[in-house]
Amino acid sequence: MCEVEGDYNGLECNQKIPVPTLNRKCMKCKEGAAVLIIRVNDAFCRACFKEYFIHKFRAMLGKNRVIFPQEKGLSREAPKKLRFMPGIIYIDDGGACGRSAEERQRSNALLKSIFTETGFPYFIVSLEQVFSLPASVLVPGTSDPDPSNLSYKQAVDQYVKEKQTLTEENVASAVAQLSMGDSAYSPEHKLALERLFSSLKTLTAKEDMLQTLRQHLILHIARENGYSKVMMGDSCSRLAVRLLSNIALGRGAALASDTGFSDPRYGDVVIVRPMRDYSSKEIAFYSRMFNVPSVIISGLDTKTHDKASIQRLTESFVTNLQSDFPSTVSTIYRTSEKLHTVMPPQSQSAEPASKCLLCLCTLDTKEDKASAFHATLVSEQLSQIKLQDLSLDAPGQSAEQCCTEGQGCGPGGCCSSNR
Amino acid sequence: MPVQCSNCVQRRAVLKRPKTGHSLCKDCFFWAFEEEIHQTIMSAGLLNRGETVAIGASGGKDSTVLAHVMKVLNERYDYGLNLLLLSVDEGITGYRDDSLETVKRNQQQYELPLKIVSYEELYGWTMDAIVKQVGLKNNCTFCGVFRRQALDRGAMMLKVDKICTGHNADDVAETVLMNVLRGDIARLRRCTAISTASDGEGAIPRCKPLKYAYEKEIVLYAYFKKLDYFSTECIYSPNAYRGHARAFLKDLESIRPSSIIDVIHSGETLSIKEGVKMPVQGTCSRCGYISSQALCKSCVLLEGLNRGLPKLGIGKHHRLHGKILAQEPLTEQEEKKLKPVDF
Repeated sequence: MCEVEGDYNGLECNQKIPVPTLNRKCMKCKEGAAVLIIRVNDAFCRACFKEYFIHKFRAMLGKNRVIFPQEKGLSREAPKKLRFMPGIIYIDDGGACGRSAEERQRSNALLKSIFTETGFPYFIVSLEQVFSLPASVLVPGTSDPDPSNLSYKQAVDQYVKEKQTLTEENVASAVAQLSMGDSAYSPEHKLALERLFSSLKTLTAKEDMLQTLRQHLILHIARENGYSKVMMGDSCSRLAVRLLSNIALGRGAALASDTGFSDPRYGDVVIVRPMRDYSSKEIAFYSRMFNVPSVIISGLDTKTHDKASIQRLTESFVTNLQSDFPSTVSTIYRTSEKLHTVMPPQSQSAEPASKCLLCLCTLDTKEDKASAFHATLVSEQLSQIKLQDLSLDAPGQSAEQCCTEGQGCGPGGCCSSNR
Repeated sequence: MPVQCSNCVQRRAVLKRPKTGHSLCKDCFFWAFEEEIHQTIMSAGLLNRGETVAIGASGGKDSTVLAHVMKVLNERYDYGLNLLLLSVDEGITGYRDDSLETVKRNQQQYELPLKIVSYEELYGWTMDAIVKQVGLKNNCTFCGVFRRQALDRGAMMLKVDKICTGHNADDVAETVLMNVLRGDIARLRRCTAISTASDGEGAIPRCKPLKYAYEKEIVLYAYFKKLDYFSTECIYSPNAYRGHARAFLKDLESIRPSSIIDVIHSGETLSIKEGVKMPVQGTCSRCGYISSQALCKSCVLLEGLNRGLPKLGIGKHHRLHGKILAQEPLTEQEEKKLKPVDF
């Protein structure tokens, strides 16, 4: 619709703007009374909306062929049933967000009751347990590689190689027993988490760190229990915001893995995002109309002002822009579909490119001569004193750097201040 | 307690660098700023000895600083370049005629030859006339497209080897954000390039030496050096879509100053899937200028203006290109779509 060279105002694209009336008919079955409007003008009745919603989910899974809807050997005539066994995982990050123990207990209990009703195995894990991961590296304050860093990577590599023998078909059978997961945590871990988060000065960094820790923990639980896929519930709107904020954070190289449908960077466990086609409006309506139980839990950026962090700013920017230009979120979504991660394929023979320790994406710090990264390094160098001759009374560091061709710095100052 | 310059440590710091947050004295700041541009030019291999280089000069702060720094670096490091100023007159009263006066003063101050090309002589339309026909919404498209060709034509008249424009880091970051928001994959890939590809035939390559210089630092530089520049916004710009991207970028900068460079870094490192349809470069069948369609954009826009159908260039109408080339009249339904919108 409103593409690159098109009009930016979505309304101008339609020749005739239908006047909204009180009794519009559902655009699909043409007989039911419409109960909601999604996108710009599509009205649906209740039943058709439910069908549309569920159909989109199936289509998303089927189209991407990452999760096999049919197990080997079964007839193809049974495509409707989703043939995999899901578990549910919830990470309690109250420790990072500063919520009290009673609040966390309360929401955990609520969630437990919801999860038990679904009948799937579930895990309620607290974020503090990220410190008990094998040879954990996430100690507050450390930013340079420690010996413990390396052993974590090695342990992960080891794990990855082991798990590569797990085939897809084994997933269905390798479902974990109904365990509550360990939501208990030791006081040192709690303290460690608090220290970690208070050492991060900006909210942006905190949110980023929270995301990383959460990923690691989810990954670990998935591996431990033999799951080869993790489904995340990110909606289209949320992913659009994440795409933009990742661009602002400088994570251009990892954009496709952070926001794409499947995220293969962890080796054996694949992260998929089947909800990425749904706008938050659709999800909210569905949840409301079909009484999906949900619990509202405040996060790090709840009730903060617009400019508290980059992620928060991006969210309010996209939301505001969306109201003027209704195609904003879908355009950003389509842009993200066209990106791909610069990932080497999972071939055992090729030497793996060096990866970032925290996000496990290929490093993008190759110092290309003419790049933004190089420019940043140059600026850092130029603004600070070099450990060279400091006894000159001319500006700049050493005379050789400042004045070429032996002009020398005269008493009137350096040549740079002439004009 | 007064802060000392973090570079020379001897003098008192007079400013805080927006880019890195270091406190610097005036001379160290000048030196660092100029040196960074020098590094950019050297590491990207932008300019070669003996070339004639046209500096796109609008009289605004970016091009004034660019002209100044290029002159300084040319002498200091002996680039051996032949510099001259090239300016475009869009015909916007109250804005462009004032800034052109500034450029003429720059010509005297820097002792560089100056050439002015105008939309009037190249296309027969001034921006004021265009806005009267098009309205206030999509006029930046016309101005931008026309200006690009005007710069190229002026450069060809002067027989230069390269064009330098004063695009700064903020501009490039805004462009990256804008292209993501508009879904323009083709431009997204190209917009972070520091210089346009130079094929043997066709357009003159252009580069952006100020690509990694923050706008705030450019302003500081111009202020402290007391350079003469024109500082008013174009009167037609408030409704441009770019304004949204700019406001967002400014907010980002206030939260974390390095985000401008981070956005550029993201733009440089992101990669597009293979198999995504990309436009192929060809030439316009009417004017011979480079184009990815049968007709180049400025021919389409001009055609629209001349026929009284200003929306011809706005929106996907390349199916109509064939008709335009053959000078056929458009059907009534097509014409209705392209007439200006009445409010």
